[in-house]
Amino acid sequence: MTELFNPRDWSGQPGYIAPDYKSTPLRGPTKPLIPLPQTLSELTGPVYGQESVTGQDADLTRNGRRNGEPLGERIIVAGRVLDEDGRPVPNTLLEIWQANAAGRYIHQTDQHDAPIDPNFFGGGRCVTNADGAYRFMSVKPGAYPWPNHHNAWRPNHIHFSLFGPSFVTRLVTQMYFPGDPLLALDPIFLATPAETRDLLIAQFSLDLTEPNYALGYAFDIVLRGRTATPMEA
Amino acid sequence: MTKLRQTPSQTVGPYFAYGLSPEQYGYQQNLTSIAGSQMAEGDVEGERIRVEGRVFDGAGNPISDALIEVWQADSLGRYAHPADPRGSNNTFKGFGRCGTGTDPRNRFWFDTIKPGQVAPGQAPHLNVIVTMRGMLLHAFTRIYFSDETANATDKVLAAVPAERRGTLIATHQGGNVYRFDIHMQGDDETVFFDA
Ligand SMILES: [Fe+3]
Repeated sequence: MTELFNPRDWSGQPGYIAPDYKSTPLRGPTKPLIPLPQTLSELTGPVYGQESVTGQDADLTRNGRRNGEPLGERIIVAGRVLDEDGRPVPNTLLEIWQANAAGRYIHQTDQHDAPIDPNFFGGGRCVTNADGAYRFMSVKPGAYPWPNHHNAWRPNHIHFSLFGPSFVTRLVTQMYFPGDPLLALDPIFLATPAETRDLLIAQFSLDLTEPNYALGYAFDIVLRGRTATPMEA
Repeated sequence: MTKLRQTPSQTVGPYFAYGLSPEQYGYQQNLTSIAGSQMAEGDVEGERIRVEGRVFDGAGNPISDALIEVWQADSLGRYAHPADPRGSNNTFKGFGRCGTGTDPRNRFWFDTIKPGQVAPGQAPHLNVIVTMRGMLLHAFTRIYFSDETANATDKVLAAVPAERRGTLIATHQGGNVYRFDIHMQGDDETVFFDA
């Protein structure tokens, strides 16, 4: 008996085509997906543990410094990676990227007329510990405009990418901040079914907040769990 | 016990490069890449191949901000992962990542080794994740090879309608190059899986 991974929870996921997010109609697959039995190809996946993280990779307030500290409101983003049964997902890589405090990405194609911060890069990674816990230091990303529709602004967000235990548990998502008025206007956030949207919003946490230093936000992430079913050869 | 709900997916957006493939996009002074196009280093055993292609949208235009990830077995069909009981004595990691924004023609490419057969009857293949700005949820596909006779007995290929099977097969271009284009939509829409 081999444990397979639960299917994607399609009812809680955004669809491939969400017309209000105007890049999706020409880019999302339109034909029905073909069921793929889970073989060794799906039950295995890239293994990136502690050895793939160095020094200040998890501290975005330090890993881009040149001649000073990055500007902005310092934040701590921490939480646990769990499966659907609440079991921790240990030793799995999280990769994040975000705009600076002014809402500008370092990326060449970001033409938003907001300042680049010479001391902020905006990319980082860390690995969960045995309890599935992770922790990043950063600055709060600014909102930024995008060309989807007139006066469109992305809510403050941090992009997250996770591997989990197998190829099929891979997740690419975004973390939002509580109370952001732009959430109610954002076609990307709103493409998510209403019943699971809250799972994308971090919670302010006084416990994670460090006195005189940084505000804390808690963000747990849930990956596909396992079910004991025979594996198809 | 009530189950927790899976965290929803969101788009990787246009700026994934500096978080996920910093070296390819020129940010190596800030962050190293965990993986890139160069998957097989010097002493890895196996037949050297290059797999390359483009990603097309529903209007037939090449996409410049897609990210392709591949996961594959070594030349003996073994995965470098604890769930593969055979283990692997290779240094081959099996994971590659390439964005389509640095090649003038928006190609992705992987310099790797040809995977072996994972199990009898299965044909050699790469497991692929396709994601991009404009996709809220990544898609799974597979890359098979046009010169493999085992394609005829592969159960996954057999479960795909015959007229769409070709979308999963990389064509041998001569030399060691295989070409695999991904069509998100249209008559040639690539087969994507619910894995
Ligand atoms: Fe963003």
